[in-house]
Amino acid sequence: MTVTASSSQARPPIQRWLVIWVLALAAVLVVFLLQDVVPWAVDYPASAVVPVADWVSALMGWIKSNLSWLTRSVTAMLGVPLDFALNLLAKNFKIGHGADAFVLPRLSWVGVCATAFIAGYAAGGRKLGMLVGGCFLYIALFGQWTSAMLTLALISIAVPFCILTGLFAGIWAWRKPWAERLIVSPALDLMQTIPTFAYLIPMLLLFGNSPVSAMIATAIFATPPMVRATMLGLTRVPLEIGEFSDMAGCTARQKLWRVLLPSARPTLMVGVNQVIMLALNMVIIASMIGAGGLGYDVLLALRALKVGEAMEAGLAIVALAIALDRLSQAIAHKQATGNVHRSSASPRFWRRYPNLTLAIAILAVTTLLGLFVPAFAAVPKAITFTTAPLWKAAVNWVTINFFDIIEAFRVALILNVLNPVRAFCEGFPWLGAVFLLGLAGYQLSGLRLAALVAALTAFCAITGLWEKTMATVYLCGISAFIACLIGIPIGLAAARSDRFEKIVTPVIDTLQVLPSFCFIIPVVMLFRVGDVTAMIATIAFAVVPAIRYTNHGIRQVPPALIEAAKVSGCTPRQTFFRVQLPLALPEIMLGVNQTILMALAMIIICAMVGTRDLGQEVFIALSKADSGRGIVAGLAIAFIGIVADRLFNAWTAKARARLG
Amino acid sequence: MTKAIEQASNATGKDPRPIKLACRNVWKLFGTNAANFIRERDGKASAADIAGAGLVGAVRAVDLEIRQGEIFIIMGLSGSGKSTLVRCMSRLVEPTHGKVEFEGKDLLEISDAALIELRRHRMGMVFQNFALLPHLNVLDNIAFPLSIQGQDRSTREARAREVIELVGLRGREHFYPRELSGGQQQRVGIARSLATKPEIWFLDEPFSALDPLIRREMQDELMRLQTMLHKTIVFITHDFDEAIRLADRIAIMKDGEVIQIGTPEQLVVNPATDYVAEFTRDVDRAKVISARSLMRPCDGAEHGGTVAPEAKIASFSASIVAAGKPFAVVNGTGKPIGEVTPQAVIDLLAGIERAGA
Ligand SMILES: Nc1ncnc2c1ncn2[C@@H]1O[C@H](COP(=O)(O)OP(=O)(O)OP(=O)(O)O)[C@@H](O)[C@H]1O
Ligand SMILES: [Mg+2]
Repeated sequence: MTVTASSSQARPPIQRWLVIWVLALAAVLVVFLLQDVVPWAVDYPASAVVPVADWVSALMGWIKSNLSWLTRSVTAMLGVPLDFALNLLAKNFKIGHGADAFVLPRLSWVGVCATAFIAGYAAGGRKLGMLVGGCFLYIALFGQWTSAMLTLALISIAVPFCILTGLFAGIWAWRKPWAERLIVSPALDLMQTIPTFAYLIPMLLLFGNSPVSAMIATAIFATPPMVRATMLGLTRVPLEIGEFSDMAGCTARQKLWRVLLPSARPTLMVGVNQVIMLALNMVIIASMIGAGGLGYDVLLALRALKVGEAMEAGLAIVALAIALDRLSQAIAHKQATGNVHRSSASPRFWRRYPNLTLAIAILAVTTLLGLFVPAFAAVPKAITFTTAPLWKAAVNWVTINFFDIIEAFRVALILNVLNPVRAFCEGFPWLGAVFLLGLAGYQLSGLRLAALVAALTAFCAITGLWEKTMATVYLCGISAFIACLIGIPIGLAAARSDRFEKIVTPVIDTLQVLPSFCFIIPVVMLFRVGDVTAMIATIAFAVVPAIRYTNHGIRQVPPALIEAAKVSGCTPRQTFFRVQLPLALPEIMLGVNQTILMALAMIIICAMVGTRDLGQEVFIALSKADSGRGIVAGLAIAFIGIVADRLFNAWTAKARARLG
Repeated sequence: MTKAIEQASNATGKDPRPIKLACRNVWKLFGTNAANFIRERDGKASAADIAGAGLVGAVRAVDLEIRQGEIFIIMGLSGSGKSTLVRCMSRLVEPTHGKVEFEGKDLLEISDAALIELRRHRMGMVFQNFALLPHLNVLDNIAFPLSIQGQDRSTREARAREVIELVGLRGREHFYPRELSGGQQQRVGIARSLATKPEIWFLDEPFSALDPLIRREMQDELMRLQTMLHKTIVFITHDFDEAIRLADRIAIMKDGEVIQIGTPEQLVVNPATDYVAEFTRDVDRAKVISARSLMRPCDGAEHGGTVAPEAKIASFSASIVAAGKPFAVVNGTGKPIGEVTPQAVIDLLAGIERAGA
């Protein structure tokens, strides 16, 4: 790829770089062939492995034993609101002990469904009300109520925490450019590429297997979009509005809180939406360290290979995700409207907030009724459905009737594609990879990038994880490649036909809000555990940005340029290949970059379905609570992501500069 | 250039009104180390020096005085530094060098608290793109400057309703900015800046985002407000017709420098440079030039009427041509100080330049 990047530059540099690359590849090949002479250049010698993992373990052990007062008080402090939310939504309040304990019931499911409907109605009209209310009703009727409410309770405590932290961090970074450059931006980059799993290990170690540690992991994982949205929103406020606030004589605090932040509301709300969706995603994964809820149901069912149950819980997650996403988006887009007749005298509370009052009233009434009528307290068994047998039957039918086809497909894929690539990757000399990636970094940006890329790659080797790293690279690479192969043509087609775009958009919107867990379930039903399952689930998860960015990239080519091409006599084909595609290329590459990062995140989660790579390393570390091993593997994964991201960004920046 | 400025200050030298705001050798240079650059040169630098140092000279060596109650207009092409100059006057932009005097006190020396106080009560500003707060309705937008001063709701809403009345927006109090047309939005901007009863009022191209018909209507509105309020106004535009309609005096800027300051008539009759002449070329001269500029000494011929020295040619051109005789120009005491001939008027209308005209 880097070779093609340089191919359209002025002539002498191409030839020079071509020669350099040929020489470099030849050198690597020589190293590979001379394996017996220089074995240390191909496989990193075990004796020279730097025991970073042990150091990290020791450090974590020290923190654990010396700072336990801190972790314990944090647990206690965060436990209070969390327990309240859990009791309110999912469990019941128990006051007193033993047999004579008085039980205050949780919110009635009827009331919560009605509240969901009212919230949807207030934010986006009848249709949204039906959708959101319907999703909650679905969860109730399909017997997932308690699990879903556990999940929701965790989210509802984690999200405000994320929003506040994100807001203040964003404001700080916006105020102090040095803080942004030196602290906030690098931290955000790292947080975005560290796989979700890796967050769990230190939390598990410090806070134990409990909802609190799940909540903290969720809060850390879901905060970055809020920080970014705050920084972006504040810088995007029109200059004149800032000047106005100065001229009106605002103090610095008044300017920020009364002018800039309210003006940045639309961007901030986009951040809030993303925080909610990430929190949902993470809460599901954090079920491994005691979050409970829907994620835990999926996990149990998958471990026991009960596809029906897994599918049911997975669909409940989908319902919850869609409800939360659509609701928060509608709230983000909602704008107050003026009204000629409004009187300025402040009306009563219930006149001013009729929907809120109604919701509170319904919740109170139905919950009280629950004390006397059991049907209000818990979803009665009689009206719940279970589709688990249905799913099981469907899977059985498919496996019985199509076993040969599916199996043939699976085996062919493994033998002809996966295994050869895997062998190639795992045999690749580590020194060669460090050298080639460094060279690419040098060509694309300069010495600094080259040093960074080479150092991060070398880290993976000297910690003794080279083989597992390359196993990850192989699976991630293949999946991302196929995802692009599928996604880019769909994106191109969507860009050329409005009708097709109308069909594609809601599909990718929905795919995007689904937590990564949900993609594994149906695939595992058909292909059982293994690399093929991981690959297919990853492709489904990672295809969205390839479609979205391609479509957007083509569509944003200025119409004037297309007209100019037409006027100068280009056929539609020529216009497309000569004008639109080259101009959209940087944007498309951005999509490819995103696809790679998403594939990486997903591949790691696929360790649950039995891949043999870094993800599995983290997974094992998690089950053994071996923090050093897990964190080092997590860093190796993050470094793969950072290397890919930096190289792509440098290349895109170069392409952009060339296009002007 | 200096001659032109002297001439302008002579014209205002007789002005009895006190000086409200003055710029004394004000510079604004963008770029690294700009402050040292200009300090080392003692407040003097040529355009070539500035470019050589890699700086942008947004405002260079500006000297001007604005009198109380005056409408002072700043004109110039895009990028000539108008906005930057006006922002230096209110310290939204910190000048790199020089002094800005507000009622004789150096604005650049006062404390932040004093500056906030000054802006809260004595300065107002209207912006090109309105700068309304999107999350507040009309009433709250207009009451906003009062609310940050800590006024209670009823007081500030009463005042906001007064200014809403003043700019003719009654009935729209509860609309949000995006529900209003451009003209209405700018009325809100004007009302908001008037709510604090400022003494000096900055308007940065307040009407250029509006279409021509609305723009004209808003100009009339501004004139109407000014006859009631008598503010000191600093107004930016790059529309010379707008400037002529509103201005007491006009400053023309080019590349950060003020090239000429004068009444519209002075600029038309005596442009300091070709650049100024180019600016005034398409102006309807009869509407700008007064009888005083066109008159010659009486040569004893019979007069067909009398006009005041300040009367614009356009106001009597039809009657003088119809009468076919020179008109006497008489001052307050009724004594003729000169005469205007029909031929001179016809030449002016036809755009013919004659030496000595
Ligand atoms: N923050 C800044 N940094 C660097 N250069 C600036 C900055 N602000 C303004 N300039 C430069 O200063 C010069 C004057 O800009 P200014 O905005 O004052 O022009 P203007 O006369 O108001 O133009 P317009 O009619 O387009 O509003 C321009 O060359 C501009 O590029
Ligand atoms: Mg400007």
